[in-house]
Amino acid sequence: MLDSKIPQGPIESKWTKYKSTVPLVNPANKRSLEIIVVGTGLAGASAAATLAELGYKVKSFCFQDSPRRAHSIAAQGGINAAKNYQNDGDSVYRLFYDTIKGGDYRAREANVHRLAEVSGNIIDQSVASGVPFAREYGGLLSNRSFGGTQVQRTFYAAGQTGQQLLLGAYSGLQRQVGLGNVRLYSRHEMLDVVNIDGKCRGIIARDLVSGKLERHFGHAVLLCTGGYGNVFFLSTNAMGSNVTAAWKAHKKGAFFGNPCYTQIHPTCIPVSGDHQSKLTLMSESLRNDGRIWVPKRKEDAAAIREGKLNPNDLKEEDRDYYLERRYPAFGNLVPRDVASRAAKERCDAGFGVNKTGEAVYLDFAFNMKYKYGKQVATLKHITDPTEEQLTAFGHEVIKEKYGNLFDMYKQITGVDPYKNPMMIYPAVHYTMGGLWVDYNLMTTVPGLYALGEANFSDHGANRLGASALMQGLADGYFVIPYTIGAYLANEISVKPISTDHEAFVKAENEVSDRLNKLLAIKGTKPVDYFHKRLGKIMWDKCGMARNVEGLTWAISEIQKIREEFWKDVRVPGDANEFNPELEKAGRVADFIELGELMCKDALERNESCGGHFREDYQTEEGEALRDDENFKHVAAWQFNEVGNWTLNKEDLVYENIKIAQRSYK
Amino acid sequence: MSGNMNINLKVWRQKNGKSQGKLVDYKVEGVSPDMSFLEMFDVLNDRLVSEGKDEPIAFDHDCREGICGMCSMYINGRPHGPNQGVTTCQLHMRSFKDGDTIVVEPWRAAAFPVIKDLAVNRSAFDRIIASGGFISVNTGNAQDANSLPIAKDNADEAFAAAACIGCGACVAACKNSSAMLFVSAKVSQLALLPQGDPERNTRVLNMVAQMDTEGFGACTNTGACSAECPKEISLTNIARLNREYFAAQLGSDRS
Repeated sequence: MLDSKIPQGPIESKWTKYKSTVPLVNPANKRSLEIIVVGTGLAGASAAATLAELGYKVKSFCFQDSPRRAHSIAAQGGINAAKNYQNDGDSVYRLFYDTIKGGDYRAREANVHRLAEVSGNIIDQSVASGVPFAREYGGLLSNRSFGGTQVQRTFYAAGQTGQQLLLGAYSGLQRQVGLGNVRLYSRHEMLDVVNIDGKCRGIIARDLVSGKLERHFGHAVLLCTGGYGNVFFLSTNAMGSNVTAAWKAHKKGAFFGNPCYTQIHPTCIPVSGDHQSKLTLMSESLRNDGRIWVPKRKEDAAAIREGKLNPNDLKEEDRDYYLERRYPAFGNLVPRDVASRAAKERCDAGFGVNKTGEAVYLDFAFNMKYKYGKQVATLKHITDPTEEQLTAFGHEVIKEKYGNLFDMYKQITGVDPYKNPMMIYPAVHYTMGGLWVDYNLMTTVPGLYALGEANFSDHGANRLGASALMQGLADGYFVIPYTIGAYLANEISVKPISTDHEAFVKAENEVSDRLNKLLAIKGTKPVDYFHKRLGKIMWDKCGMARNVEGLTWAISEIQKIREEFWKDVRVPGDANEFNPELEKAGRVADFIELGELMCKDALERNESCGGHFREDYQTEEGEALRDDENFKHVAAWQFNEVGNWTLNKEDLVYENIKIAQRSYK
Repeated sequence: MSGNMNINLKVWRQKNGKSQGKLVDYKVEGVSPDMSFLEMFDVLNDRLVSEGKDEPIAFDHDCREGICGMCSMYINGRPHGPNQGVTTCQLHMRSFKDGDTIVVEPWRAAAFPVIKDLAVNRSAFDRIIASGGFISVNTGNAQDANSLPIAKDNADEAFAAAACIGCGACVAACKNSSAMLFVSAKVSQLALLPQGDPERNTRVLNMVAQMDTEGFGACTNTGACSAECPKEISLTNIARLNREYFAAQLGSDRS
C-alpha cells in the first residue's frame, strides 16, 4: 500500500506544524552524513547548496561540463509566487487553488499547498543571492501574467528567468564547492543506484571523459535529474536531457507515477524539416501581448500556405481569434493543454498557416500599436499620433519586454517577428509524471529521493506556466532540507559503507556489462535512427490526442523497436574514452522502455485530464472529460521486468477544494 | 526536406588530450539552409557512424537554443562563427553559401585543454566562480524581496552583465587567452547590486587571483572578447572590474 505520509491537521498548518516536529540531526552528526545529489538544475543545485550549508557532506553530479548548463537554464518566462505585490487579490490559497485546478484535479493537495506557502521565500532567497529580476522605476519587483491565472504573480528576468535563477543557485553551489562542503563531479553520468538491505546507499557513475566507472556511497541519494520529454525525440528539452537516472532507480524499486502526463506547450517554433534536432519554445509570457489566430476561411488559409496572401493584409473581421472566441474569460491565457489542443483542432480542420499546415499565428501588431504605442504617445504628450508613430513607440516596448525571444525567433526562422506575426505550433515541453514520492519527497526506495521535474508530485495532469521553476527551487531550498531529517535522524549511527561491498561490485559489473553489450552489437543503424522512430510513434499515438487503437499499436511497435535496437544498433568507439554516441545509446535504450510504459499508462487511464487527452473521453465542446469516480488517483507503476509492470494506486483526497469540471470560459 | 547546399568542412580531429590533432576534410552534401550548424554536424556524424570508417566528431552542445553556453566551435577563425550575438547552435546554414569551405576548431587556450576533437575542459570557469562569484547568503536568511528597492538602471545593468552564459568565447577570441570579460561580468553584476556590496573587495581580489592561477592571459584592451561575445557583454564591465580591483587593493570604501 502506498503511504503518502501526509501530515494530519488542517491544510494551512500541515507544513508549519510538520516542519517544527520533523526529527532533527545535530550539527556534529550532519558532518558524518553523506548525501549524493544527482543533477544540478534548480532542484539539484539549490538542494546541494542548502544541504551543504546545513553541514552535510555533499557530492554533486552532472553529465554536462559544468553545473551551470543544466536545462533549467533555458526556462524563459518566469516564476510564480503568491506575494500579492500587485494588490490584485493573490494569496497562498489562490496559488494553491489555481495549481490544483490547472492540474485538472490530479495533484496532491498537501504538496501543492506547501509549494504555494514557500513560493514567496523563493523570491526573497533569489533576490538575496543576487538574481537580477525585472524591476519597476520605483525600484520594486515587476510582475506579469501567465496562463491559467487571473492575477499577476509571475516574477521574471526578461526572457531569461531560468538562466538567472539557475546562476543564482549555481553560485550558491560553487560557494559550497569553494568551502569544501560539496565535491563536484561534472561530466559524470549516474548509471545505477545501489541498494543495500532495502535502502539506497549510493550510485554507480561513469566519468564521461575517461570512461571509468566509479562507485560512490551516500547515506541518501537525491535524484534531481529533470523530465523525460526527449522520449519524443523532438522536444524543447536539451539534447542531453534524459530519463536514465530516474529509470535506473525505477528498475531498482522506485515506482513511476503517472508516466503518461506530458505537457505539450502551445507556443513553439514549428518543425522546419527532417534534419531538425530539437524544438524551440517561445515563452508563454508572449501570450500576455500576442494574440493567437488563424484565418476564418479555409481558402484564405490555403492562400497563405501557398504564399499568395500576406497575413498582415488579412482584414480583422476575416481572422479567427479562436482562443478569445472559445474562452472569453481567459482568452489567450488559457492553460497550456487547452491552448495546445485548440491549435491542433484548427490545424486538423485545415486552417494551418505554414507549408506543413501545422502552425498558427501569434500576433503582436495589435498590442504593439494600440496598447503600448498609445501608452508611450500619452507619456510623450502626443495627442494625435500617426499609425507609424504608434508602431514605432510600441516596437520599443515590445523589444524591452521580449527582445531576446524575438531575436531568437528571427535567428531560427529567418523571419522578422516585429514585422510579421510569429508562427507557432505545440511541442513537447515538460513531463508532469515522474518518480512517485511521498510528502517527504522520498521514493518507494528508502533513502532515495526525487526532486523537481524528476518527481510526479505537484502539477497533476497539467502544469501551469512559471510553476516549474517554483517547484524546483521549493523542493531544493525549502522542502528537502527539512524532510530529509525524518530519514537521516535514524541513520546517524550508520558508518559509511565501503564501496567494496558486494552490492557495489555487482552494480558496477552490471553497468559495465550493459555498456559492453551496446558496443558489441556493431549493427548497421546509428542510435538516432531508433530514437527518431520511437519519437514519431510517441508523438503520433501518445501525444496531444490518444486512443485505444493507437496506443495498443504503439505498444507493440515499441516492443519491436526495442528488439531491433538490441540487435542492430551501431555504437562506435569503446567504453574507456569520451564517447558521446555510447552515452546516447544508453539513454535511448532507457527511453524505449519508458515509452512502452507511457503508452500503457495512457491506455489504462480511461478518461481525459489535463495533458492526457483520450479522444474517446471528451465533452460535446471537445473539452477533456474526467472520470473522478474511477480515476481520481495517481497511477504508480512498479517494475517487474522489462515490459512488465504492476499498477499501484494512490487515491487523491480533496478536502479543501471542491472538484469540478474545469472551465476557462 | 533536405537542401541543396554542399559544404566542405575542415574539422580539428584529436583523439584525446594527450595526442596530436590535425585538420581533416569532410564534404557534407544536401545541406538545407534552415539547418543549424550543429544539425549539419549531426548529419555528418550519422554518416560517419553508418559508414563505420571514421569515428563521429565529438563536440559539446546541449540546449541548442543559445542559453546553456555548452556549444563551443571556433568557425573560420571566429568563436561561434560569423554572426554577431549568436552561439554556434543558433548559427544557421543560411549564413553560408553553397560550396563554402569552413574550418572548425576547438577553443584554443592553455586553460581550456582539449578533451577530444572539438570538446574542451572549461572547469576553470567553475573554479573562478567558486573563488568568489557569489553572495554569501545561506538559504533561509533572506528578507522580503521588496524591502530592498534597487534603481531600475542598476538592476538593468546588472542583468545585462548577468546575461553571460560562460561559454568561453571571450577567451577563445582573445590573443592572450584572457578571461577578463567573463570575470568582469560576474564582478559587475554583483557590484551593481546592494546585496553584493559587503563582499565586493574580497570578491574581486579572489576572483582575479583564481583567474591568474588558472593560467589565463592578461588583458590588453583589444576588445575582441566583447566583439565576439554571443551575449554581447560590454567592455565597460572590464573597466568596472579594474576600478573594483584597484579600489579593493587600496582597501578603499567606494560609494
